[in-house]
Amino acid sequence: MSNVTWVRRRRAIGRFWADFRTHRAGVVGLVILAVAVVLALLAPLFIDASVTNVVSGTGAKMAPPSLDDPLGTDESGRSVLLMIWWGSRTSLLIGFLAALLSMVIGTVLGIAAGHFRGRIGAVILRVTDWFLVLPSLVTALVLAAILGGSTATIIVAIGVTSWPSTARLIRAQTLAVEARPYIERSLALGAGHWHITTRHVLPNVAPLLLASTTLEVASAIVTESTLAFLGVSANKTSWGTMLRGSYDWGAATAGAWWYILVPGLCIVTVVMAFTLCGRALETVLNPRLRTRAHA
Amino acid sequence: MLEATELHVEFSGRGGRRARAVDGVNLSVGAGEIVALVGESGCGKTTLARTLLGLERPTSGRISYDGTPLSYSGRALRAFRREVQLVLQDPMGSLNPRHTVYEAVAEGPRIHGLPDEEAVVADALARAGLRPPERFFQRFPHELSGGQRQRVVIAGALALDPKVLIADEPVASLDASVRGEILSLLLRLRDDLGLSALVVTHDLGLAWNIADRVAVMYLGRIVESGPTGDVLKNPQHPYTQALLSVLPESPNRIVLTGEPPDPTRIPAGCRFHPRCQLVAAGEGKPECSTQPLQILPAGTAAQVACYLATT
Repeated sequence: MSNVTWVRRRRAIGRFWADFRTHRAGVVGLVILAVAVVLALLAPLFIDASVTNVVSGTGAKMAPPSLDDPLGTDESGRSVLLMIWWGSRTSLLIGFLAALLSMVIGTVLGIAAGHFRGRIGAVILRVTDWFLVLPSLVTALVLAAILGGSTATIIVAIGVTSWPSTARLIRAQTLAVEARPYIERSLALGAGHWHITTRHVLPNVAPLLLASTTLEVASAIVTESTLAFLGVSANKTSWGTMLRGSYDWGAATAGAWWYILVPGLCIVTVVMAFTLCGRALETVLNPRLRTRAHA
Repeated sequence: MLEATELHVEFSGRGGRRARAVDGVNLSVGAGEIVALVGESGCGKTTLARTLLGLERPTSGRISYDGTPLSYSGRALRAFRREVQLVLQDPMGSLNPRHTVYEAVAEGPRIHGLPDEEAVVADALARAGLRPPERFFQRFPHELSGGQRQRVVIAGALALDPKVLIADEPVASLDASVRGEILSLLLRLRDDLGLSALVVTHDLGLAWNIADRVAVMYLGRIVESGPTGDVLKNPQHPYTQALLSVLPESPNRIVLTGEPPDPTRIPAGCRFHPRCQLVAAGEGKPECSTQPLQILPAGTAAQVACYLATT
């Protein structure tokens, strides 16, 4: 990569940031996300997995919020605050990795389906359609049940059921890009499939992809929580397994609102932050939603 | 140098109808020669240009470069790309809006792994008349004027040091003042680098200004070809006469009647006879509507495919 390219990249990033800053909701989402991620990353410096250990619960059972346990305790006397903090690691990790996996599958298949118009494209498209009509939650449940409960299998189960909409989106964008005359020029210059897809198509779909990944993380976190609530989890504390616990131990009838509300609110807040961020990214990066002349 | 022999290109349309976009063409472009391919829209001239570039495969017939038939294997095609390059009509569309001028021009050298990329790019930009080249490196297409964009496209082609340039309506989307500049650039490139060019256009004035030879295309065939002066001053084919008669300076204009040509239904006999003003005036011969005409050979002398031509 030449020097000249880097100068352009830096300018593009500067311009992007200037645009993004004008979206207040996006900035709020980004700040919430940054706080959540930094807290999750720093958690091991202050606490460890023992906060989720049932025998090490020190407080009273289902104790309401107090000075000792600011967000109350659960059925085993564990601090809800510390569990939320530790559980954020699992929830965010699964959210990010599952979204990443789904994006990679979706992008590769989407570009391939759009670029190879002939039989290959048709086959990929049919497979995508087939996955699209599969009820993804049920499929993920079945997959996770078959593969066994570990963080990796949950990620795979979410990842392989959520890619089709991305593939569709990317395929549509690929078709639009490949109809442009500069693709014809590139072909005449001698470009092969690899050059066309990585130099022209991928950079053009990348902004869409970034926005869509951000939104996908939100939905992966929700799916993870849903799976956990339905009993499919990695046996690690996450926000979803906490909700499941609150249900199992009758937190609602016991009046332990903190046990239900706190994980629920955490999920809502983080998912909303991702969505705000993703929508702002979409507006900034999607040329069609932009009013400026250059895309 | 670049030659098409008995070239046919067909597309299958809806309902299994076959469109014969190029229907038997012999055409050659010699070294250092500028040939204009003239015809109305839809006559197959762009398809012919794309086929000459190897972007479209002929249904039958062949393209040869320097006497060797073009092979469609990846390696041979790549080598061919360094020799024959393309300039498209719309310079805005033919540049990726996300790429700077530098990257647009460097694309060819990168694909072919040429050494010393920056020098090649600077040289190509300078030859295309963008001086000093360094000033343009960081510009984006939308920051340039139409003429500058077309120069960037030409520089992108020149970066590969081609022998033949195929220009599809190179100035159709530029304003008149810029047109002259781009045309004189093409002429200068011919003089300096010995570049051959096939200029596809619907503009006879353009052909007159830059071409050594003109080939007039109608509905997939070349109906008249020869040295520019001969063809444009003394047109033999009624179609060429009609095209020339609608130029502003022409005294009496011939307006063609009949349906616009449809490449899925090419008329029997002479393909032009349903719209021919001579046939309409009752001067037609019986073979006009019955006997198919011979395909014109690829010679450089003036020739015409018409039963009614006087010479």
